[in-house]
Amino acid sequence: MRRKLRTALTLLSIVVAFVLFGFLCAIRQALAGGVTMAGQNRLVTRHKISIIQSLPESYKHRMERIPGVVLATQESWFGGVYQDPKNFFPQMSVVPEEYLAMYPEYLLAPEQKQAWLATRTGAIVGRKTAERFQWKIGDRIPLQSSIWTKSDGSRLWEFDLVGIYDGRDKETDTSLLFFRYDYFDEARVWNKGQVGWYMVQVTDPSQAAEIARRIDEEFENSAAETKTEPEGAFLQAWAKQIGDITLITATILSAVFFTILLVSGNTMSQAVRERTGELGALKAMGFTSPQVLALVLAESCLLALLGGGLGLGLAWLLVARGDPTGGMLPMFFFPKGDLLRGVGFSASLGVLAGIFPAWRAMRLRVADALRRM
Amino acid sequence: MAGPINWLSQVASVSKFGLLSIPQRRGSVAAAVFGIAGVVAVLVGVLSMGVGFQRALQSSGAPDAAIVLRSGADSEMVSGFLRESTRVIADAPGVAHTEDGPLASAELYVLINLLKRSTGTDANVPMRGVEQAALRVRDQLQILDGRMFEWGRNEVIIGVGAASEFVGLELGGNLRVGQREWPIVGVFSAGGGTAESEIWTDARVLQSAYKRGDTFQSVHVKLSSPAAFQEFKDALTTDPRLNVKVLRQTEYYAQQSTAVTRLIRTLGYLIAFLMAIGAVFGALNTMYSSVSARTREIATLRALGFGSGAVVLSVMIESLVLALIGGGVGAVGAYLTFNGLHTSTMNWNSFSQVTFAFAVTPELLGQGIVWSVFIGLIGGLFPALRGARLPIAAALREL
Repeated sequence: MRRKLRTALTLLSIVVAFVLFGFLCAIRQALAGGVTMAGQNRLVTRHKISIIQSLPESYKHRMERIPGVVLATQESWFGGVYQDPKNFFPQMSVVPEEYLAMYPEYLLAPEQKQAWLATRTGAIVGRKTAERFQWKIGDRIPLQSSIWTKSDGSRLWEFDLVGIYDGRDKETDTSLLFFRYDYFDEARVWNKGQVGWYMVQVTDPSQAAEIARRIDEEFENSAAETKTEPEGAFLQAWAKQIGDITLITATILSAVFFTILLVSGNTMSQAVRERTGELGALKAMGFTSPQVLALVLAESCLLALLGGGLGLGLAWLLVARGDPTGGMLPMFFFPKGDLLRGVGFSASLGVLAGIFPAWRAMRLRVADALRRM
Repeated sequence: MAGPINWLSQVASVSKFGLLSIPQRRGSVAAAVFGIAGVVAVLVGVLSMGVGFQRALQSSGAPDAAIVLRSGADSEMVSGFLRESTRVIADAPGVAHTEDGPLASAELYVLINLLKRSTGTDANVPMRGVEQAALRVRDQLQILDGRMFEWGRNEVIIGVGAASEFVGLELGGNLRVGQREWPIVGVFSAGGGTAESEIWTDARVLQSAYKRGDTFQSVHVKLSSPAAFQEFKDALTTDPRLNVKVLRQTEYYAQQSTAVTRLIRTLGYLIAFLMAIGAVFGALNTMYSSVSARTREIATLRALGFGSGAVVLSVMIESLVLALIGGGVGAVGAYLTFNGLHTSTMNWNSFSQVTFAFAVTPELLGQGIVWSVFIGLIGGLFPALRGARLPIAAALREL
């Protein structure tokens, strides 16, 4: 601990490595983590050829007749722009009661739900987006749709904000806006009676694969064949369309950790080399070799854990400030599991960086060491 | 006259001490060099992904080509026209003509589900129906293998990018979409543009397969000259029969790339910035140990009358040399690892896959080197100042 500056610099580089770790975990979570919000008992049914092909409204009842299916409800992508294309957030048309039953993780106050059911042009929005644009209940939200034309020829849709929902879990995405399908279907010019895809709730998740097969069989050889899969698999595939994010972050992280290992391992071995004499003296006084090993290892682990802890804490603060891209990554947060993994990494960093110098210190022969004093 | 030369030789001799003592400090030197190499490699690698994506979209557009969408549509995916409108567009002034008529291709753009080779999961692969003028509108298009599809038949040609990224796209094989089988008769390249991610067929065949009636989603035209764009645009936007948006092809593809490029750049710089902070600490560590290892030498030289400026400069030189080596290693490593690497991602504007190659450009390499120089300068400055301020007497006493 004599070289204060060197120790401080090593500590700081470990801190930075763990800030980076936290940050990359948040990025991965944001890009690929929708998967963690997937319901075990939910399936997605979409057109077999591609999700942009729509499905008939009538499929709902045919799906609900299949044993094991509790509820099937539809969603359609709206693709509206609020003021500027940069202000992106997803909007969906849904059937309010069914949709809220399908997604218990969206928490909406009962009176707001009543208001939604009573207001044809009503819409609800998640806390995140409401805060982003400072919307309040009662606001009128104009959205310019790139897809849907109304019967009066305009593509400017206005919705009355009747509710703001919260997420039950941290993983719940509260960036979406939902509005009523009945209003939407009546007002749009084309594709009436057609919906984007269906969410299907099943009684028993272990039967999910079997039910998915039954649903696809039901519509086989029809004009709109379907592909059904668990929500988790669907979201994972969607995230992987962007790229193999897990692989990319893992590559960057291993580059970072390798570098830090080099730097801190080097510091530790310098420290041991400088103290060869003292370690020899300790041994001469009767400290056993394992004790010396533990001493050196403890020092490097202390450094790594301290740096790791500070880094993870800083990353937590940094990530809590929110999405750095301004709205493109709504689910930007630091997952708890990764936090624990970070602590694990910092401990192993301490062991790895300290083991060789510690080994050398343990093998030190008293006479040699003292001669160098 | 003798002043500056004398000073330079002072700098040179102090630097020599530093550089010659590197082998004794190889551990810490290697740590600093690799730290900087890591920063540069990650910076260049991540940004080369953004540049590659942008390049794929940019090389899709020619200055004398334009695309017409329904007004309000932000991509071909959500646009739509009836045939009458596409005829009006093709006959507008400014469109280039050949003996076969105007160079305008009304096109259809749909997505199909195919498995991505790298991940084994579903991906939205774009399928395009074109008219005969399409090959003249996009003059970079070349059949590499096999032949062009026959007009009016259920045949497709596939882009080279699509062929390598997605499962089931092989020349001579069949593409199954719904209940139809489409023989794959050719593979084409398109100068690195987005068309290489696509599957092409006759628009009329695709219309009937998708029960689209006689509708299209976009019209791609070749203009008689780049300057004819304004005339073409004005004619269409003032035509009461139409309600369209007219863009230069280059402009359209630039818009399509903004979301993904912005995301990659923001994240790339943030990660590199954090890593650079870490590397600065590594460099500081190395240079402090370099200075303290030479305390006696420096003090001796100072006692002999060497100036403190020479000491500062020589430490800075050493730090810069190390940083440049690190930067060079990182840049070369990034170039060897990433340049030309093929991958595909989703274009967020149309949810469709775009295949592209990472592009490590000279500008990116230069940027990496500039970063390493900054790291070297900051990492060298404080240790250099400390070296220069060493009290001579105290340092010599250590002898």
